Amino acid sequence: MDLAALLVTPFARLTELGGLLLVIPLMLPVVGLLLAPLLRGRWLGGGLLGRFTLLLLLLGLVAALAVATAVLTGDEALKYYLGGWLPPLGVALKADGLSAIMLLLSAVVILAVGVYAQREFQVPPDASETRASLVFWMLLMGVWAGLNAAFLGQDLFTLFVALELLTFSAVPLVALDGRAETLAAALRYLLFALLGSVLYLLGAVLFYGTYATLDITLLAERISGEPALPPAVIAAAALMTVGLLAKTALFPLHLWLPPAHAGAPPPASAILSALVVKASFFLILRLWFDVMPGALTPMTAQILGGLGAGAILFGNLVALRQARLKLLIAYSTVAQIGYLFLIFPLAARAESAALTGGMLQVVAHALAKAAMFMAAGLIAKALGHDRVRDLGGCVRVLPLTLLAFGLAGLSLIGLQPSGGYLTKTLLTAAADGTGQGWLGLVIQVGGLLTAAYLFWVFGHVLFGVPSTPAMPIKPPGRAQELVVLALALGALLLGLVPPALFDLVEVGRAGLEASAAVATAMAGAFGWSKLWGDVWPLLVVGLLVLGMLPWPDRPAGGSPRPATTSLSVTGHWAADLGTLLEPADRGLRQWPVAGLSLLILLLALAAAISTGA
Amino acid sequence: MTNALIVDAALALLVLGLALWVIATRAAYRAVVGFVAYGLLMAIIWVRLAAVDVAMTEAALGTGLTGLLLLGAAARLAPYETAEFDRRPGRGLRVLIGLLCAAVTLGLAAVVLLLPAPAPSLASLVADNLPPTGVGNPVTGVLLAHRAIDTLLESVVLLPALIGVWSVAANPAWGGRPGSLPRPPASSALTLLAQVLPPFGILVGIHLVWNGADDPGGKFQGATVLAAMWILVLIAGLREAPALRERRLRVLLVVGALVFIGIGASGIWLAGAFLAYPEGYAKPLILAIEAVLTLSIAATLGLLLAGPPAGDRPIGTTS
Repeated sequence: MDLAALLVTPFARLTELGGLLLVIPLMLPVVGLLLAPLLRGRWLGGGLLGRFTLLLLLLGLVAALAVATAVLTGDEALKYYLGGWLPPLGVALKADGLSAIMLLLSAVVILAVGVYAQREFQVPPDASETRASLVFWMLLMGVWAGLNAAFLGQDLFTLFVALELLTFSAVPLVALDGRAETLAAALRYLLFALLGSVLYLLGAVLFYGTYATLDITLLAERISGEPALPPAVIAAAALMTVGLLAKTALFPLHLWLPPAHAGAPPPASAILSALVVKASFFLILRLWFDVMPGALTPMTAQILGGLGAGAILFGNLVALRQARLKLLIAYSTVAQIGYLFLIFPLAARAESAALTGGMLQVVAHALAKAAMFMAAGLIAKALGHDRVRDLGGCVRVLPLTLLAFGLAGLSLIGLQPSGGYLTKTLLTAAADGTGQGWLGLVIQVGGLLTAAYLFWVFGHVLFGVPSTPAMPIKPPGRAQELVVLALALGALLLGLVPPALFDLVEVGRAGLEASAAVATAMAGAFGWSKLWGDVWPLLVVGLLVLGMLPWPDRPAGGSPRPATTSLSVTGHWAADLGTLLEPADRGLRQWPVAGLSLLILLLALAAAISTGA
Repeated sequence: MTNALIVDAALALLVLGLALWVIATRAAYRAVVGFVAYGLLMAIIWVRLAAVDVAMTEAALGTGLTGLLLLGAAARLAPYETAEFDRRPGRGLRVLIGLLCAAVTLGLAAVVLLLPAPAPSLASLVADNLPPTGVGNPVTGVLLAHRAIDTLLESVVLLPALIGVWSVAANPAWGGRPGSLPRPPASSALTLLAQVLPPFGILVGIHLVWNGADDPGGKFQGATVLAAMWILVLIAGLREAPALRERRLRVLLVVGALVFIGIGASGIWLAGAFLAYPEGYAKPLILAIEAVLTLSIAATLGLLLAGPPAGDRPIGTTS
């Protein structure tokens, strides 16, 4: 009893801080970032900096929990005026339900990454600091600081600074291993992300030039009072949206994502894929739902939804063609980002389901993708490579890791009771309810394609011929495996969370019924007919894919490598489709073509926004 | 037509012409030179618009520091330029992209011309709320009091940027001296310049920061001048750059933002809000923050120019 009281009392006092509470998640990572260059040497059997960061991450989790509790129990957004200055002069912080969810999600995922990376980025006993250890831990703090600032900021310029902090911290993480290839990927990311920043800033300037304020609440008031959107606001919305899309890597602006996310060290990939691209997406939500809520014309919504649908189909199909596990997971991120943009065409008439489903996708994908990237890291470390075709036999070496990989995959596919299941059910219901059944179809096909590449990976894992003697070069740490498993379980069991907690989504915005939507989606999720209806298409896909695996012609002698492989019938189909898609992807990811896509998108969005103005 | 209008029109045409030239010119080096000239003209335009603070920042950071970084990059990239030029996209694609860019530019120009006039502004609100901050320069008031969080986060952003530069070092070189500065052969002229100029430069830098409280100027401009003096001394070889593992250097890099956060946090108890200043103490606290931030920013900017660590050998020597 006393122990419980001891734990609860400071927590209760934290939630009583009100708006001041928001300063803690804003400043904790910044202080960590600033102290990091001074912390070297060893502590508690590891690098001092790594251990210190872990401590800070635990505090950060407590702070995020306190914010979420305060927002949920208070049923209204927390607000804080920095320096006591009211907008438009000063800068406000605000945590509504969406901010609270994002804060908590970041705290959980970064903590998991922090535990995982203790081993990977420790300081050897004979050194006080290494390049990789300082850069990784400092930039992890930098990313965290940028994320929290982006989730709490209420001022378009503060949000710009948050994006800069995020970009400058995320980019060097990509090139941490120092190979020429990853440096090129990092530069690509830097240039495209900076282009996005410039477009965003230009939009912010136009907002200020029109209304003399950058505060989101004040802007919303002034814009909703306009009889028609002024041209500057139309231009600003188009510029900011496209800039943020470039940072989110929505198809066809994904040129930087696959090499960057696949080339980074696994814990960094996990952060980049799970959280960093979500921050710019979150700001797109802020722009369209909070800054200019009435201005989302059907045309704009269709463009964003159409790109999302394109991302789901294209990303998944290209993922199916990847020979390396990490690239496969990176293309899967390209596809999963697509689901987020289905919110826009669905929100006009089914806002509850669309926003709840979208936020669930953010959470479920973050947990699952972080787990998958880190699992892939353990596999690559143990085997010395991540070629899917040569994964045979690794299940004996890394049973727990592969279990986690598979469970995370179930959430991506969208099987009950995972977060992915809730996302797909809510979004499909919203699509059917608003007469946009084709979006529902895209969601279903996306799930099946996801299943296809996961079956492909597991087909090789389970039935492939071991290419190397099944001895791990470096066995994974138990803590690493467990933390990956915990993330995967989190994604898988998200649907079993009490529906009342999902009411967090609606705090701070009127007219939403998140928990009711979730409860409806979960009701009957485990009925036999529903289960069978969801599982049989997967089984068909599984059989097709297993028929597609290259069956090795087992050599008669003792040579461990199969000499040739023959493709089955479905394999030939896939190969034909692949010869079409791979050049298309390579073309889209050329600089001039990506620049052209960006320009066309910018003009199209400006035209679409003005149709309703 | 007044003389001022003629000057303004000439400036505008010059800037537009230079901008087009920077885009059109093939050699990166010439483009950078054009960019520096463009930046200086922009600074003059900011002065014409009575935005002296912006003009100083444009000249110091946008042109001076960025120009130096770009010149270094252009020199290193020169050998690859022909190959890169041959890999440019086909004429059709280039024309299409050019047309779309032109459409966006014209659209933006039209939008800017359609902005409300007179421009809505917070200037009078800032002026009304300047007295509690104790400073006379409204820009400083906005940056250090009204929107202190942005300034704090901006100064923090420099750190990941510097770490990004350091991160491309080779592992064995980690913690050593930075190695990207040119080291021209010793000449009496350079040595003399590096001995004579810094005392004045340091004075100008301090003046800019001190003056920034009430007149145009401030920590970023002052810090750039200080960094430039430091770099001059390093290039002339009068001092060696410090090894990047040195604790004093690391402290120097972060002390500005840490003091800022410390003073801001004390505001929670003393002034009722994070980043608020207690009544009557605002000006000395703002000056204190500016002073330490200047040191940290100068060190960071200097090190950004000095490049990633290259081991412990003195710069300029090749192994």
